[in-house]
Amino acid sequence: MIVSTEVARFEGIALDSGARIEPLEVAFETYGKLNAERTNAILVVHAFTGDAHAAGVSQETGKPGWWDNCIGPGKAFDTDEYFVICSNILGGCQGTTGPASINPATEKPWGMSFPAVSVRDMVRLQKMLVDSLGIRQLLAVSGGSMGGMQALEWAVSFPDNVRSVIVIASTARHSPQQIAFNEVGRQSIMADPDWNGGDYYGGAPPARGLSVARMVGHITYMSDESMREKFGRRRKDKPATQIDVAPEFEIAPEFEVESYLRYRGSQFVTRFDANSYIYITKAMDTYDVASGNASLADAFEGVSTRFLVISFTSDWLYPSYQSQEIVRTLRRRNHDVAYCELPSNYGHDAFLVDVAEQTELIRGFLESTYRGPAGAQG
Amino acid sequence: MTGTLAGRSDFAVIGRIITPQSRVLDLGCGEGELLAWLIQHKQVTARGVEISPARVRRAIARGVSVFQGDLNEGLTDFPDNAFDYVILSQTLQETHQPVRVIEEMLRVGKRAIVSFPNFGHWSVRAYMLFSGRSPRTHAFPYEWYETPNIHFLSITDFEKLAEKKGLRIDHREFLTGERRVTFLPNLRAEVAVFLFG
Repeated sequence: MIVSTEVARFEGIALDSGARIEPLEVAFETYGKLNAERTNAILVVHAFTGDAHAAGVSQETGKPGWWDNCIGPGKAFDTDEYFVICSNILGGCQGTTGPASINPATEKPWGMSFPAVSVRDMVRLQKMLVDSLGIRQLLAVSGGSMGGMQALEWAVSFPDNVRSVIVIASTARHSPQQIAFNEVGRQSIMADPDWNGGDYYGGAPPARGLSVARMVGHITYMSDESMREKFGRRRKDKPATQIDVAPEFEIAPEFEVESYLRYRGSQFVTRFDANSYIYITKAMDTYDVASGNASLADAFEGVSTRFLVISFTSDWLYPSYQSQEIVRTLRRRNHDVAYCELPSNYGHDAFLVDVAEQTELIRGFLESTYRGPAGAQG
Repeated sequence: MTGTLAGRSDFAVIGRIITPQSRVLDLGCGEGELLAWLIQHKQVTARGVEISPARVRRAIARGVSVFQGDLNEGLTDFPDNAFDYVILSQTLQETHQPVRVIEEMLRVGKRAIVSFPNFGHWSVRAYMLFSGRSPRTHAFPYEWYETPNIHFLSITDFEKLAEKKGLRIDHREFLTGERRVTFLPNLRAEVAVFLFG
């Protein structure tokens, strides 16, 4: 499946902060076919650093999408059945308007003058895109991590426009630990002199700071066990028998885990904008699905959406208790909610890499939402 | 419904009892076989609770809204009278506090359906009498050291409890295999199903 990213243009968007961005662009891709009744559309929402290229092979880069193992014929989001949409989030840097875009008023990149964006703003922009595609009601909105937060927000902001949401490895609000890791990432970027107050476009970007931020991120996406399995104490270009010999201190990466993190960090800076990193992590940290309501339970008042919530045993960044809080709140209101904690050693990354059981859940849930539960019986 | 559903004769009885379009909670719903059948044939609004992640996964894959959790978690969060029926099939004998479970079932549901293996069955009595060992029968297949059952009860035991707690039994049905037992049920029935409020 060769795919290519499209761009939708809008006049502008009013933000939670009161500011306006105008005009703006949204990068998106679609897979599968919208049916005549327009009832089979699913919006897939990417996590923090993802992009609109969720599935298939990109015509531009030749690379597979970030959730290619879950979207396609016969997969969790079966493109023989459903029409799947994925767009880059507001404030991002992969085709949708963000801090690296040109501010039409100054004809220079926005940088840190870009207005603060919220998860709710991101969802509002997704709604504008969905409307522009002529879809009144989505069959489902689904995402993992920050994508899950947006999926939840869809149910709260637009309950009549989404029949079901799938929230994977996510939360209703960030814990202090999650905020803390994001703050380390932001501080790392801002400590890089090349960051220059966010004004680095046209010069050298804060590659060292952004790279370290990404390295921290990667640690939080894995589990102790998956790191031991993947790297052990193996050294780069050295036999494993040397492990117990007192190592000479080396500046060059010595352990495999070091060289892996450095590699991932250096790759990341070629595709991601440091200011977007700051804006998006801030949006995540400040998000609370309950904000504007007396309680989390009140936020779900009048919501008739079906919910599927999935968490993973080894995910310590978005631990299961956060998913269970969502589930318990929904249960108190007797909402239609299914929940499963899947066993996995892959940590937070599980929703991207350990997808066999997740696929079974999503397929059954979507089919029963689409055709009614009887349809899933076979 | 004829025959057994998922090889469980009590399911067939429960399937008959439940009225169409009702709201049903199944505690310890396994892979959601009963709920899936009820959705399809009785158009019920179904919820299930199950502790095993593998079974939860298969239930959700079947299209049933099940969440992973234990019985108590499954009950405490629900508002009062959220359901028309709360089902506890072949699990009461495994609960730590059966009376509390029954009370909670009647809090979140208007009526409760409980099925359990009858410890008063003649095969249980005979096994103990003649071998002097903890019974291992068709309905109680486990060795004493690996059984999940911790509160053994007979049909008469349940009737006595209902009397003591003032439960109104609306329907009772007793089975051996798929056959209904009406004569001397506490001696002759392997499985009992009670509908009460």
